[in-house]
Amino acid sequence: MMTLRLAWRNLWRNPRRTAVIFIAVSIGVFGMIFIAALMEGVGEQMVRNSISTLVGSLQIHHRGYREDPVVENTMADPAEPVAATISALPPGTRWSRRVRVSAVAGNARHSAGVTLVGIEPEREAGVSFIGSAVAEGRNLKPGDPYGIVVGQALAEKFETRVGRKLVLIAQAADREMASRAFTIVGIFRTELAATEKHFVFVSLPAAQEMLKLGKGISEIAVLLPDGGDPEPLADMLKIALPGTYEIHTWRELLPMLTAYIEMNEGFTVVWYLVVFIAMGFGIVNTLLMAVFERMREFGLLRALGMKAGGIVRGVLIESALLLLLGMAAGNAAAFSAVAALAENGIDLSAFAAGVEYAGMPRVIYPSFSWTSVLEANLTVWGLGLVVSLYPALKASRITPVAAMARV
Amino acid sequence: MEMVVCREVVKTYRQGKIAVSALRGINLSVEKGEFMALAGPSGSGKTTLLNLIGGLDAPDAGEIVVDGRHFGRMKAVDLAELRLRRIGFVFQAYNLIPVLSALENVEYVMLLQGVPHKERRERARSMLDEVGLEGLYDRRPAELSGGQQQRVAVARAIVSDPAIVLADEPTANLDSMTGIGLLEIMKDMNEKKTVTFIFSTHDERVMARARRLVMIRDGRVAEDVRK
Repeated sequence: MMTLRLAWRNLWRNPRRTAVIFIAVSIGVFGMIFIAALMEGVGEQMVRNSISTLVGSLQIHHRGYREDPVVENTMADPAEPVAATISALPPGTRWSRRVRVSAVAGNARHSAGVTLVGIEPEREAGVSFIGSAVAEGRNLKPGDPYGIVVGQALAEKFETRVGRKLVLIAQAADREMASRAFTIVGIFRTELAATEKHFVFVSLPAAQEMLKLGKGISEIAVLLPDGGDPEPLADMLKIALPGTYEIHTWRELLPMLTAYIEMNEGFTVVWYLVVFIAMGFGIVNTLLMAVFERMREFGLLRALGMKAGGIVRGVLIESALLLLLGMAAGNAAAFSAVAALAENGIDLSAFAAGVEYAGMPRVIYPSFSWTSVLEANLTVWGLGLVVSLYPALKASRITPVAAMARV
Repeated sequence: MEMVVCREVVKTYRQGKIAVSALRGINLSVEKGEFMALAGPSGSGKTTLLNLIGGLDAPDAGEIVVDGRHFGRMKAVDLAELRLRRIGFVFQAYNLIPVLSALENVEYVMLLQGVPHKERRERARSMLDEVGLEGLYDRRPAELSGGQQQRVAVARAIVSDPAIVLADEPTANLDSMTGIGLLEIMKDMNEKKTVTFIFSTHDERVMARARRLVMIRDGRVAEDVRK
């Protein structure tokens, strides 16, 4: 206790100097945790946005579909994979069947390549964005034979609106060209104009009929609750289903996003080190000043019989106390900032066009993670004590005679 | 019983290319319980000899034995242990820890020795009472006079029951009355507890009260007078 008491009192010999280190550590810890929370938030939102853009937590396809997403690579009889999927799903999981093929959409004025997606509207609403994205008109009804929902950007490009016709042309299962005229019943809006131009939605039966698929589907999409890890479910399904089917998690379906997230994690480590290096110089410099001012006292302690290790321990305890104070303040500031931004986030609308094309959200919400908090605190604590060793060892090496000869 | 034995002790300081001989072959023996002063002009080597006897420095030649322990055969950590348990120091400049109270300064040596808290407190209080500082336990050094601070230093030196106390110019910064008072306290300790006291001094008051006076000149023992 007396050792701690001595260390605590030593901190306040020069309150200004102690305040400088305290502020440096606080700001450093705050920066580490807050920026990590922002980066994690961005990553999580990117994953959420990407998953909801028809990716889902995982997808089941016929083998070969991913390499060549043509109508021949559909699942002709999806009963088996559907049954296996349903039996393996954890509670709260949603799933949907889809037909997805490349098609050409056209009207009297324009035509463009699109992806035709045949959906079960009642299931799809819980799996992807389309359930809540229709901004004009209405969503598809189950079994809707001629209704189509298109994106805002496509509608503008085609100079069309709800109620007008749109013709879709695609290759059918019999390898003949199939076409059908649909009536636009709804227009959806998303964050990304490219999504609005790329996807058109019809009912699953309408797509199957147009493409002469019978019961066939292109994929089963599964969405786990609360961003759950899809790997265990994928492993179970790989065991349950024969080799004619492939199961891919979102990480495999979105390799760029996966790489970005991994890079983010690496960047976080680099960020921590950069912040700490900047902070560390301040800690070492200030501690050295404090130690040099007290060399006579250290000499006295050596004369009294304190061993070099005792001097080192004393300086490290002072440093540890100061680090703890700074860490407490930094953590409190970071938690407060994250809580304050939890509802409204940070609005990047001024840069929206740019970030959208990178797949990033316009409004960033920081995401708090105990792992990041622990990593930041351990980095500061561990490295802080390590850099404090230098002044501590400097203090311990002085001989009593040399120390007490100082004025 | 011999507490301190110095045989042909030599110490030379080097300042760049210049070598300064502080001690040129000291032969000295100090018995247990002696109240001895090392006297001499400035630069005669008395503080150097005191530092060597205290294990704060090492001789360039010769042998030093304190309390039966040969310094030349001891590692730094063993010397530190010896200082902690067997040697007390009183310095000219008090050298109290400014952020500790008088009581805590006296306790600190016992803390290093591993004495339990309750016993530390009791012994520290008792020692401060003996040096005439009862009631001033919680004062910080900055709140004490020079004489009071030096008394705290004496209490700290003696509280750990050392075999020998080395005092380097303990009265140099004190006025006449205060210095005499301090010397009387140390003499009292010497007589009561049979602690060996060795002073480095050029203070006539110290020399007058010492029972043995060793004059150092030019790094050698010039005179050795027992009273």
